[in-house]
Amino acid sequence: MKSSNIPRSYQVIAEMIKKGASVLDLGCGNGELLALLIKEKGVRSQGIEIDERAIYECVSKGLNVFHGDIDSGLAEYKDDTFDYVILNESLQQVKHPEIVLREAVRVGKKVIVGFPNFAHYSARFQLFFWGIAPVTKALPYTWYLTPNIRCLSIRDFINFCKLHNLKIEKSIFLSGRHKIKLFVNLLAETGIFLVSK
Amino acid sequence: MKEKSVGIVKTEYFTFARPPKEVKLESGEKLGPITIAYETYGRLNKNRDNAILIAHALSGDAHAAGFHEGDKNPGWWDAMIGPAKAFDTDKYFVICSNVLGGCKGSTGPSSINPKTNKPYALEFPLITIKDMVDCQRELIDYLGIKKLLSVVGGSMGGMQVLQWLVSYPERINSAIPIATTLKHSPQQIAFNEVGRQTVMADHNWKAGNYYGGQPPAKGLAVARMIGHITYMSDISMAEKFGRVKKANKEPFKFTADFEVEGYLRYRGDNFVKRFDANSYLYITKAMDNFDLLEGRDIHNLFKGISAKVMVISFKSDWLYPSYQSKEIVRACKLAGLEATYCEIDSTYGHDAFLLETEEETHLVTHFLKKVFFNSEDKG
Repeated sequence: MKSSNIPRSYQVIAEMIKKGASVLDLGCGNGELLALLIKEKGVRSQGIEIDERAIYECVSKGLNVFHGDIDSGLAEYKDDTFDYVILNESLQQVKHPEIVLREAVRVGKKVIVGFPNFAHYSARFQLFFWGIAPVTKALPYTWYLTPNIRCLSIRDFINFCKLHNLKIEKSIFLSGRHKIKLFVNLLAETGIFLVSK
Repeated sequence: MKEKSVGIVKTEYFTFARPPKEVKLESGEKLGPITIAYETYGRLNKNRDNAILIAHALSGDAHAAGFHEGDKNPGWWDAMIGPAKAFDTDKYFVICSNVLGGCKGSTGPSSINPKTNKPYALEFPLITIKDMVDCQRELIDYLGIKKLLSVVGGSMGGMQVLQWLVSYPERINSAIPIATTLKHSPQQIAFNEVGRQTVMADHNWKAGNYYGGQPPAKGLAVARMIGHITYMSDISMAEKFGRVKKANKEPFKFTADFEVEGYLRYRGDNFVKRFDANSYLYITKAMDNFDLLEGRDIHNLFKGISAKVMVISFKSDWLYPSYQSKEIVRACKLAGLEATYCEIDSTYGHDAFLLETEEETHLVTHFLKKVFFNSEDKG
């Protein structure tokens, strides 16, 4: 993959991770992020992914991946098994995000969560003026095809962390390839958080 | 397909445990001499680090690939073993041996007992999956291989793979258990027991002493028919046979009217020609007694193991359902093993491990490539 083709969010996540760390990627998809982390950070990695086709792609990249559901897949891991647990573009797709996050924080010393911001102005605009479920760059699916069953905003996630006593160590907000510093809940398409207990 | 085949192959034999150096089996009984039939495909490289052991299932044998002189049909896993196939014989040295207790060249109940100069029959000691694996390890020693690149097998072959992981983790770089289980379930035991009772109910069985006379062919054939039902799925049977009736009816009320009946009878009758009924009893018993969690805690089962593991199951397999493979995955997670698990979406039932070769080829090819690369890297 050429560096210009690497999603900005992957680069942001890679920057958050220390060299040689152990990483569990929940909902690792076709394994592009893990492959990048192995190449750039020499991580030891394990993925969990529900889609069979994506498993084949992971295996052809030489990745370790479990075919399964992240809603129920973490119980066997001891506390602090991994240096990092990643939930990138997957938290909004799980049935029980509260349990998944609690488990992620238990088995990982740190958790990286990246998700599309449902309160981005383009989504707000479509909902407010057109009265439709938003279809945007970061949320590209129509309401009837979307895998995103949890509609959360950046503020929602920050409030969630407060409520559950999770420490936000770092947060990066993106619009396209650019970092956003101000009015993030309005202007950022994606939020990426580094969270710990 | 011959161009992608390993070509003409021959079964070879290795004999060990000659008295007084008999092997002590898990049961405590001693057995020797023991002969193990095996075949090899491809070449062992200079470093002796490209060897893969294939473990066969209940009715399999050492002939996994290629053709025996004059045979029309290739070995039982020919679709997976050969040049440019999943177990690429241009790169790897592939070994497959007939299990202890078998009837295709390895010592089993139909072999001659040196003490009596007659077939062992029921004098043959009870054997276990661990005993089978111990014999394989003897063979690997004999072939001069310190560490296998991988051990692979489906169904009962998968049990052997898991036993290798537990018994000889330092002798394998990776393991691929397919459509298998850490322990036989009551349902699996039940089907095997029905099969055994069918054999024993045949009056030709004669408490196992049928050698030289009529074998319990009907009993064994029915046992195999039951087996084949458990290897398929509702969908695969519907697709394969439907309710299609056979053309030639005989003047008898209970002829095989339906295709599925004809198929099962054909399979049953065919099996009898190539398999020994007593071997069937011993091997199914070994499967039933298999329980890696007996006296072991799943939390520690794979502790300290560094082998790479890839677990494969099939969605429609109701004989070895995916939950059993997920238990293996669970043991991997508890041990902190980096591993891979894939549940292949197949309608073939348990038979899928022999039929879904495209998906398996993809998974195995890439997995082995990485394991081989890493093992060379470590030097």
